[in-house]
Amino acid sequence: MTEQAIAASATPRPGAGSRKLRQAERVGSAIFVGMLRGSCWLFLLIVLGLAAELIWGARLSLRKFGIGFLWSTQWNPVTEQFGAAPFIYGTVVTSVIALALAAIVGVMAAIYLAEFAPRRVGAYLGLLIELLAAVPSIVYGLWGLFVLAPIVANWIGPALQSVLGFLPFFQGTIYGVNVLTAAFILTLMIIPTITAITRDLIVAIPMRFREAALALGATPWEMAVKVVLPSVRRGIIGASMLAFGRALGETIAATMVIGNRPVISASLFAPGYTIASVIANEFTEATSDLYLSALIELGLILLVVSILVIGMGRLMVRLLIR
Amino acid sequence: MSATSAAALFRRRRLKSVLWIGACGIFATAVAVILLLIMGYIVREGISAISIPFLTRLPRPTGISGGGVANGIVGTLIIVGIAALMAFPVGVLVGTYVAVYGHRRMSQWLSFLADVLAGVPSIAIGIYAYTLLVEPFRHFSAFSASFAFAVLMIPLVIRATEGAISIVPRELREAATALGAPEARVVLKILVVAARPGIITGLLLSLARVTGETAPLLFTAFGSQYWELRPGQPMAELSLQIFTYAISPYADWHAQAWGGALILILAVFVLSVLARLSVLFGREGRGHGGTA
Repeated sequence: MTEQAIAASATPRPGAGSRKLRQAERVGSAIFVGMLRGSCWLFLLIVLGLAAELIWGARLSLRKFGIGFLWSTQWNPVTEQFGAAPFIYGTVVTSVIALALAAIVGVMAAIYLAEFAPRRVGAYLGLLIELLAAVPSIVYGLWGLFVLAPIVANWIGPALQSVLGFLPFFQGTIYGVNVLTAAFILTLMIIPTITAITRDLIVAIPMRFREAALALGATPWEMAVKVVLPSVRRGIIGASMLAFGRALGETIAATMVIGNRPVISASLFAPGYTIASVIANEFTEATSDLYLSALIELGLILLVVSILVIGMGRLMVRLLIR
Repeated sequence: MSATSAAALFRRRRLKSVLWIGACGIFATAVAVILLLIMGYIVREGISAISIPFLTRLPRPTGISGGGVANGIVGTLIIVGIAALMAFPVGVLVGTYVAVYGHRRMSQWLSFLADVLAGVPSIAIGIYAYTLLVEPFRHFSAFSASFAFAVLMIPLVIRATEGAISIVPRELREAATALGAPEARVVLKILVVAARPGIITGLLLSLARVTGETAPLLFTAFGSQYWELRPGQPMAELSLQIFTYAISPYADWHAQAWGGALILILAVFVLSVLARLSVLFGREGRGHGGTA
């Protein structure tokens, strides 16, 4: 029906066409615009449905535990005591470490690829890193579990402990699957995102800015830091927020390497748990309605946090315009 | 005196520059090398696991050799295929609306919501699919997984469509309107056609995004040991099988997990490369059309 109408409307000679044709054209137009509108409403419905379903699904837990859910450290399915603190802690610690490492390494790598690497090399490596940004998280998780975890347990962990062992973060038994391994895997996963976006932005900067800086006597590095970076800082903040959001919500890779133990421990060498991974592990095993509801509330927390991160990113970008 | 200190200062600045650039180069190389090592490791482990039986047979219990992931590969294709059927039309239509009526408040809201939805963790969307399509029917289903994937894909398709249409030169649209073409035809025959390469890129990238996505499947598609082609039933899926095999304690299952991971990476790379080629060829095609 729709296609017929559009096909009719596509017949040439609009001005001289018969009345019938013009009418068909108008009907076709109306149907098309209707479809556009309809799909927009459908999309709105899907998005609002997401929020509504999660709030509705979490209602038992919301009612029972209230706001205290956020800082209760209890997670006991047997006694039906549920609190999100260990998961929030694990999520925040892994994501913040990952973002800090990935932002520094990712942006510096992007500067090199865009500014100082031989043109060919920069282009090829840039393309490669862009491709790597699409590698599924299960692949990183698999590698993290079988390759990175032993490396952390046998090499990186002891090395850090011997140098920084006086800090509480690097004390205690070194497990292979722990908070630090999870943070490293998240770092590796979000570096390609940050580097790829930053490189694209830097490459787009007009050459005359660089020429002006160099002509004024700036060294190449001063040109990069004082001219190139400031003009892309909004984009870098956007990319970092995107990456941070990905790290916060990353599920499978984190689940495979963090050790899945709901405790808050200062040591990065101890196992932990993230919001996303507890949902992944326990959702199908939730035996009671309240248990399931608590898990859904964890999902709701993730949803709210991811919206806040996106909103914050937009706000920072907007503040920087002025 | 001042001349020598100026020269010293210049030398120091130049040294600093060289050192920092060197550090950047080391970071860039390290990132590339580590990521390549990861991929190399997976290729090495994966190739030894991949064989004809691995690609054509059903899973077998650990200890019995010759098990495969055929049902998982087919399941992935079915789940992603149904998701694409749902996400492509909605995403392209909404993206078109946002691009064509960009000045309207509704468009700005839609655009913002697409941004937000693109950033929502997939596990939360999995819960959404569960409460909406699994809980009421009391059993897991491939269709609920497709729904979750579709929700993940739609914002990407919207952004890509919006972006592709908004860079179509305004003169094209104005010329068509000035010639008396009705709005639907301007949009369909001028804007969407001109933006087609960009839209196709977006579609392919959205496919790449959900291929290999595992988290929402845990409680939607759930997985299966058998041939299951009905979308209303629990279905096997490749990344889900990798996950199950990886966290199992059996060495032969670990080997199969590597094989599955290699297949996934290849699929995602092919999609990503096709996405880039689409833009390149699209550009060339348009160039020729312009000169003809």
